[in-house]
Amino acid sequence: MSEDLTARVSAICGEYGSDAGRMMDIAWRLQRTFGEVSSEAMDVIASETGATRADVESCVSFYSFFSTHKHGRVVIRLSNDVPDRMAGYHRVLGAFEDELGVKCGETTEDGAFTLESTACVGLSDQAPAALINDVPFTELSTDDAREIVRELRKHMDPRRLVHKLGDGNNAHPLIHSMVHNNLRGTGLTLFTSYNRGEAIQKALSMSPVEVIRAVKTARLRGRGGAGFPTGMKWEFTRGARGEPKFIICNADEGEPGTFKDRVLLTERSDRVFAGLTIAGYAIGASEGIVYLRAEYAYLRSFLEAQLEKRRADGLLGESILGHEAFDFDIRIQMGAGAYVCGEETALISSCEGTRGDPKNRPPFPAQEGYLGLPTSVNNVETLCCVAKILEMGPATFCEYGTHQSSGTKLLSISGDVCQPGIYEVPFGTTLREVLEMSEAEDPVAVQVGGPSGQLVGPEDFDREICFDDLATGGSMIVFGPDRDLLKVVEAFMDFFVEESCGYCTPCRIGNVLLRDAVTRVRQRQMEPADIDEMERLAGTVARTSRCGLGQTSPNPILSTLKNFRHLYDELVEEAPDGQRRSFDLDAEVTAAAAIAGRPDGE
Amino acid sequence: MNDEIIFFIDGVQVTGRPGQTIIEAADEAGVYIPRLCHYPGIEAWGSCRVCTVAANGRPCSACTQPITTGLVVENDTETLREYRKSIIEMLFVEGNHFCMFCEKSGDCELQALAYRMGITAPRYPYLWPEREVDASHPDVIIDRNRCILCARCVRVSRDVDGKAVFQFVERGPEKKLTVNAEARLKDTDLDVTDEALDVCPVGALLKKRVGYAVPVGERMYDQEPIGSDIESNTDAAPAAATEVEA
Repeated sequence: MSEDLTARVSAICGEYGSDAGRMMDIAWRLQRTFGEVSSEAMDVIASETGATRADVESCVSFYSFFSTHKHGRVVIRLSNDVPDRMAGYHRVLGAFEDELGVKCGETTEDGAFTLESTACVGLSDQAPAALINDVPFTELSTDDAREIVRELRKHMDPRRLVHKLGDGNNAHPLIHSMVHNNLRGTGLTLFTSYNRGEAIQKALSMSPVEVIRAVKTARLRGRGGAGFPTGMKWEFTRGARGEPKFIICNADEGEPGTFKDRVLLTERSDRVFAGLTIAGYAIGASEGIVYLRAEYAYLRSFLEAQLEKRRADGLLGESILGHEAFDFDIRIQMGAGAYVCGEETALISSCEGTRGDPKNRPPFPAQEGYLGLPTSVNNVETLCCVAKILEMGPATFCEYGTHQSSGTKLLSISGDVCQPGIYEVPFGTTLREVLEMSEAEDPVAVQVGGPSGQLVGPEDFDREICFDDLATGGSMIVFGPDRDLLKVVEAFMDFFVEESCGYCTPCRIGNVLLRDAVTRVRQRQMEPADIDEMERLAGTVARTSRCGLGQTSPNPILSTLKNFRHLYDELVEEAPDGQRRSFDLDAEVTAAAAIAGRPDGE
Repeated sequence: MNDEIIFFIDGVQVTGRPGQTIIEAADEAGVYIPRLCHYPGIEAWGSCRVCTVAANGRPCSACTQPITTGLVVENDTETLREYRKSIIEMLFVEGNHFCMFCEKSGDCELQALAYRMGITAPRYPYLWPEREVDASHPDVIIDRNRCILCARCVRVSRDVDGKAVFQFVERGPEKKLTVNAEARLKDTDLDVTDEALDVCPVGALLKKRVGYAVPVGERMYDQEPIGSDIESNTDAAPAAATEVEA
């Protein structure tokens, strides 16, 4: 092993106090510095941090943005989510492959480029999209793909390819991105203007218990999708034994088709940070963590600068706004490409520097969370609502929405609509109204809540968006009449196979079997009884999986079987000869024939 | 009476102690809940999901769920039996399990569960993965074809042997058992006397040269179905388990 590498890796570990708990940061620095976290480097990390080598490898190999083999200096990650596929993902991928002379997943021989596909990067309203190193590229055409590669060959700097800047803070020098906010119909609460410091000022004039009471009075429920009452979560955390306590902002917006947190972080980061600070005050935490998904790394410098400004203004740090008893600061923890880390206990595992496996519950994070201490994990939008509740008062907040679902919901709308983007609607708005707002083109189906939600048809368009009817974290993908919905189901199942952490049996294996079953349905290799078996398996995975990912992963199948059963029925029939339709005798004997040297083995 | 917790399994009253999980209390009461990743005395893991029960109507793993007073647990129901069967079948198609020439046959918990549940062949298509075998160690072999990722060896090596020889890498269907070395078991500090080797429920971790010391036909589950030891655990059974009205 080269002494130089050892010294450089040791130095990087040293910057993080040689703390194994900061494994994510250490791995990120290595990945950026060397284009990989090599086997040799893992040995050094282990000896520096005191983790076992196997623990280091366990963590590094878990995340899709880390690699144990050398990546190209430029990594092109093309988003392969359904809206990207609808907008030409395969054509663009073909153009990149052609221009680079490599297949997806490969690195060019000169070590310059790596081409990969990746799960939704949070730009479904500007699909097809890609990240090139950290830089987002939107609405890609095949010509764009070729042009990008040719230009990059000259200077290898994707930032120099950002010719036209997006709107709002996307044009800020620290973001410098072509991304557009696509804010449409968002005047109600979260994107309104604000006086910096007002929400915190109001919170600090109350006791922590009164702040929690205000949030409870506003009947605020978590906006990430699960809808747990925020005030109750804080009360549990505040009341739990153990110090210090932690507050974490879940900015791992990974549900395919969701991009509202990206826009909140771009345009209203002050409101997010204010909400986080108020949450810290309420539960009695002095440290907050923003867990930012790797796909949003391009926002990091900007967010760090905003935090710095807040420190300078006395909104973070010691004795916030002169309140002697309240010290609070925030650090940003980068994720590294793992959907499961949006699940709060997996997110905590990741913050602790290990693979993003969810934890067993009980104990719940409010009792034993980050580092085994009481922790509250709240969504970006939830924290924005907190700031807004303090600004406008709980009663005004409750004027929006329904009794069970107070306030508004940000929707991320993509797919077959003329006006994709962010919409803020009061809870209780019907799906039909949303489709009209976004100018949906002859919609026949809507994926509500992303792949973990449900695919609904026109008979459900009058249902209301709220926790008790059509619950959603905000993802809405609209499908017109020409879309192959089973292909969509197959793509979503592929996503879950890709993103399962592999901890529990039903999710790890069941999703592979379910994905393969959908493929066989599409290939007309299934019989009616196979559909019943598939439905049973989907039910088993949903009921026996360990965390929310596995419990919702069969939803693409279960909801289409419920709402679009005919799509399956049209493709299955009884086998005419009593032989299973999925059984291909020729294919089965090919290997044996090849071994025997028979011509049918070729 | 603070040291007793009374709850119900399939309508039968069971008495447990504070801090016990459902499976621990059930074992003591002579009620068998099928399981694979659970192993007494080590950290509860909750990964195989074979011990899935319904607690107050909600599915959960009996090995991780603490008992509470009055908890209503469903265990031996048709629905739960069906889930468990399905999970065992998934494990069979995920790996490459050839009982007829596996030296663990008859002592294998996966095989024994399949027999107990009446599984003759898995209903799902085999996935036939390519898995690595590591025979580098002088006394021990790892056959990953049979590994079911239960983490018993991971936990026991770390917490009982104090060595942390085993760990998992990758994720999802790619997840696999690794060793604490660049690649091979011989480069770890594993010793043939390590307890981690004695807890593998399948034939993934094997000691060399002792495979057929006990002939096939005379092995543990050749005699009695898996779980029989727990079901014959009559210390508590007749006294504590009284049939109550449903």
